[in-house]
Amino acid sequence: MASVGSHQPEPLIGPGHTFETVTDKISSIVLTRGTTPGWVFGFFIAFCLLMLLNLVITLLMIKGVGIWGIKIPTAWGFAIVNFVWWIGIGHAGTLISAILLLLHQTWRTSINRFAEAMTIFAVMCAGMFPLLHMGRPWLFYYLMPYPNPMWLWPQFRSPLVWDVFAVSTYFTVSVLFWFVGLIPDLATLRDRAKNKASQIIYGILALGWRGSAVHWSRYEMASLLLAGLATPLVLSVHTVVSFDFTIGIIPGWHSTIFPPYFVAGAIYSGFAMVLTLAIPIRRVYHLEDLVTERHLDIMAKVMLATGLIVTYGYISETFMAFYGGNEYERYMMMNRLAGPYAHLYWLLISCNLLIPQSLWSRRLRHSIPWLFFISLVVNMGMWLERFVIVVVSLHRDFLPSSWAMYYPTRWDWATYLGTFGLFFFFFYLFLRFLPMISIVEVRALVHETSEEQVHT
Amino acid sequence: MKRRPIYGLMAEFETPEQVLAAAHRTRAAGYRRIDAFTPFPVEGLAEAVGFEWTAVPIIVFGGGLLGGLTGFGMCFYANVISYPWVVGGKPPNSWPMWIPITFELTILGAAIAAVVGMLALNGLPTPYHPIFNIERFRLASTDRFFLCIKARDKKFALEETKTFLQDLRPHGVYEIED
Repeated sequence: MASVGSHQPEPLIGPGHTFETVTDKISSIVLTRGTTPGWVFGFFIAFCLLMLLNLVITLLMIKGVGIWGIKIPTAWGFAIVNFVWWIGIGHAGTLISAILLLLHQTWRTSINRFAEAMTIFAVMCAGMFPLLHMGRPWLFYYLMPYPNPMWLWPQFRSPLVWDVFAVSTYFTVSVLFWFVGLIPDLATLRDRAKNKASQIIYGILALGWRGSAVHWSRYEMASLLLAGLATPLVLSVHTVVSFDFTIGIIPGWHSTIFPPYFVAGAIYSGFAMVLTLAIPIRRVYHLEDLVTERHLDIMAKVMLATGLIVTYGYISETFMAFYGGNEYERYMMMNRLAGPYAHLYWLLISCNLLIPQSLWSRRLRHSIPWLFFISLVVNMGMWLERFVIVVVSLHRDFLPSSWAMYYPTRWDWATYLGTFGLFFFFFYLFLRFLPMISIVEVRALVHETSEEQVHT
Repeated sequence: MKRRPIYGLMAEFETPEQVLAAAHRTRAAGYRRIDAFTPFPVEGLAEAVGFEWTAVPIIVFGGGLLGGLTGFGMCFYANVISYPWVVGGKPPNSWPMWIPITFELTILGAAIAAVVGMLALNGLPTPYHPIFNIERFRLASTDRFFLCIKARDKKFALEETKTFLQDLRPHGVYEIED
């Protein structure tokens, strides 16, 4: 096993599992558990929120972005805050599925499937915001290089156009990676399904997969290469998102610390979201012996580490604002620490810096209610961080005569809530119709674990 | 009466170690057109059934190269040839600004090539395959490991090969109807 040290680590999988039992456990959630009242209730709420999103978008199409609280100088309110927040959440899924695969971290096995699903749905939510924020979303294709009678091209030197390429590539590659991972599991569902309809549907989706050794060999090569491609991709996506800020000369944005600090923040909030989802899921679906306390413990450690990188970013920003000697930068920092939005800044510091320090304690890392609480706190903290970066820098820029406060309207909140509907709508469907844990990888893990027991 | 044509013979095993050993012995006995089917990738099994190398990395490299050239070429064509336009005092060929798009399209091209290439080389999607005619083959996606000797093999002789497979102590040997 990958772990180093003299003590024997807790196993990543409960005792007594065989290929048959893990296959049965995961596939039965989809095939035999059926539609439970709890699922219907959750799905209904998600559906209502999705309809709320529909309502907001319709209103936005009719009336324009004026229904939101954005106005000059703060043209980038909630839409950009939520965009960066959602896309950041997605990053943990790719980190788990790609980077940890390359690093041979076996603990990723039982969480990577739903973390990847989380990535895809989070990127979908993120993508909504720049589209809606354009004001005339039906002209979104202006962002694409397409042949047009005006002979015009997108401005390829602009980070906003880079964002289009980065996010759409990220979405495509995430979906491909996810689907490739699903193929053998879909074959399992096809072979175990009892009714004709599921046999046909899973049969079509499984593409006729039969587990040939030669196919596995190419499959593993392709997965490894996809992981190798997704690794720089995921780092590039949030880097490009941070370019949206750093390439501008707005105080508080024009800084070289942004790319690494954004990537770390993305992974931080992403792991928080994985915990927020994993803790209830393992309980509801009785997956405690596949998503063990050791998994939660490791995720808490990753959060602690990335949280410290983010902390370094905050310290560096503050230091540079004063050390740099630029009066606008200095004023922005004073405004952040003691201005009209200072309470949000200090709340963010508590959420992202202070409270997560409790994760140094092993006892608290093993307390599931506390971990769940921390995951919510970090999610909120990372949202506040984006709010502070976007709004505090914009609302008081260079000319005091143009300063103004930014207040979100009820439609801002409705849009944000609505994307939760979009996210959970798909997430509930995913839980119901696809295996939420990679059956193949867990089987391989059972094999490895049993081999170890033979050798020790 | 004519027998239905046979696609091959299939032996069922209970552990990956058994199927791996069986594959090695089958190859050593001179069979060449063999394949194994397992519920998860078993290390060394592809080599044991005679698989030597895969073209996937080359396809991925080609896809990445094509994507990267497209990305850079598009930016270059747009800003230098088609519509040169000075923005922020930058020269028309301001290539450092095009790196992000070149990079993203490289990844996109390589990733699509990896998936499409892998599926195409594996001949997927396959709507019909004779091995699914065996009732017990559905266990190949749960906990059983299968070894198949195809009838196309030069050394294949139904009774002889069946005896050979039975000597490998499998859980069962089945004929695959084509």
